[in-house]
Amino acid sequence: MTPNRTTGEGLVTRPMLVLFALLLSLPLWIERVGLYQYLGIEIVTWMIYALGFNLLLGYTGLPSFGHGAYFGVGAYAFGLVQLRLVESLWLGLVAGVVAAMVAGLLVAGLISHRRGIYYALMTIACGQVFWFVSVKWHSVTGGEDGLLNIARPTLSLAGFSVSLRANLALYYVAVAVLALTVVGLWRLVHSRFGKALQAIKQNEMRAGFVGYNVWLYKCLVFTLSAGIAGLAGSLFAMAQKSAYPDVMSLHSAGLIVMMTLIGGGFVSFWGPVVGTAVFFLARDLLGAFTETWLLWYGLMFMGIVLFKPEGIVGAWQDLVRRRRAGRGGSAGFLSRFWS
Amino acid sequence: MAHVEPLFVASHLHKRFGHQVVLEEINLAFRQGEVSGIMGPNGAGKTTCFNVLTGRYKPDRGHVRFAGEDITGLPPRTIARKGISRSFQLINLFNDYTALENILVALPEVRDRGFNMTQSLSRDSAAMDKAAEILRQVGLAGKEREPSKMLSYGDRRALEIAVALAPRPRILFLDEPTSGMGTQATIRLAALLAEIKRHLTMVIIEHDMKFLFDLADRISVIHWGQVIAEGPPAELRANKWVQASNLGKLA
Repeated sequence: MTPNRTTGEGLVTRPMLVLFALLLSLPLWIERVGLYQYLGIEIVTWMIYALGFNLLLGYTGLPSFGHGAYFGVGAYAFGLVQLRLVESLWLGLVAGVVAAMVAGLLVAGLISHRRGIYYALMTIACGQVFWFVSVKWHSVTGGEDGLLNIARPTLSLAGFSVSLRANLALYYVAVAVLALTVVGLWRLVHSRFGKALQAIKQNEMRAGFVGYNVWLYKCLVFTLSAGIAGLAGSLFAMAQKSAYPDVMSLHSAGLIVMMTLIGGGFVSFWGPVVGTAVFFLARDLLGAFTETWLLWYGLMFMGIVLFKPEGIVGAWQDLVRRRRAGRGGSAGFLSRFWS
Repeated sequence: MAHVEPLFVASHLHKRFGHQVVLEEINLAFRQGEVSGIMGPNGAGKTTCFNVLTGRYKPDRGHVRFAGEDITGLPPRTIARKGISRSFQLINLFNDYTALENILVALPEVRDRGFNMTQSLSRDSAAMDKAAEILRQVGLAGKEREPSKMLSYGDRRALEIAVALAPRPRILFLDEPTSGMGTQATIRLAALLAEIKRHLTMVIIEHDMKFLFDLADRISVIHWGQVIAEGPPAELRANKWVQASNLGKLA
């Protein structure tokens, strides 16, 4: 399974506009439905993380079960810049991305000649190394407590300044970052590079035999994906005003895999976006009724893996296809929406 | 007359897996513009020989030269970029891609700009036209948009060859191209390869002796990890080694 690649290759597509409209209007209605503003920041941050993760899993077929490491490296790098250097949004974001990319490149260089289960195990092992370092390197990472009191710096752009101390301001910054990530990744997965990644996913050996440097592509995509995780980690550090080892744990790394798969990252660009929203809504809505919400979420994950591995978007695509077959014609917009 | 080195030369190749010696002493030479056949019983080492020649395995001993250059032990991607292409005994495609996309990603002009992260491939009409032309050559015109996994077995075999043709190789290695094909599909494939033969050097492993003897200019017989006989098909039919190894009856 490879995400549908044949439709909607424009710079901005209808699903993007729907997503952006939904997210931009979210502060206006989220409290009316019983939720809260901060949830928006969490969802958007993890959407960025999941989209970057799916570049690796859904588009290149590379399972990384230690991706929390790069999210965490981004968070720590952002925090260290704010606490030790200077309060600067841009410098913090750049540091978060670059640090995560360097960490990703180191790991990718080590593991990209592997594939399948060995690749997956190596990502776990490397992720655990980063987690261990974050716990033990007290002087830099703050140990198990992590970095606390990370400032939310002021956004300064073209003579315009706004404080990000309020959740609403930070939320809109996160949405802007998500929008850039979505447009950039959409472009990337439909580019020549994206096509090469999907070819490698489908048949790594054949890609080599037609002349692709598979190792280099795997290295590069892992580094990019780690960089996006670092970007999300930076936003997370701002949102939480802290960075701590738990985000680098195996448990945290597993969550991003579950979100991506439940949404349908294998069949759609939008799978991770849907999966992230479902996770946080499940956490807050199911969590309001029972403390065991994660058990039910886990059961849902098992059900999807067993009966509909294409995820929620895959189920939607099937539904639309059946409707189209039933009507003997095209379902038009619906059939292309989640491509 | 000056000696002209064949386009592709393998000398003294030796390959073992653990204690199992698969290639003992392989010497092969493929001349420009010719179709060379490789035959031999199952387990003789033919596919291993292909894998060594095309970079999948490194030989333990011996050398491989292509167009005067030593390519021994180079990885497949480097060998492919030098103009050596191959197909596989088991069909080996990009299964989620359409027939057209399978060819597109194998085109050198697409591959060589593979790190471009902004340009959409579907808007490259020149590459699309070239890919469509290659599909037409192998008899897959009109099937450009079909997912490769939905094609019939015969069409997938043709697509397998088309993917190998897409990098515009100087020499094409085909590993049992008729494997699993019916009579009609084999006849169509023979006609296709006869056409390709006019402008491309080919090396073909094949069990279908009639197919190979009709197509090849020279044939090498591999048995017990060695080349036990070689020559034009007419000579080979009478060769005592070929007769002795029971392949003569099949031919």
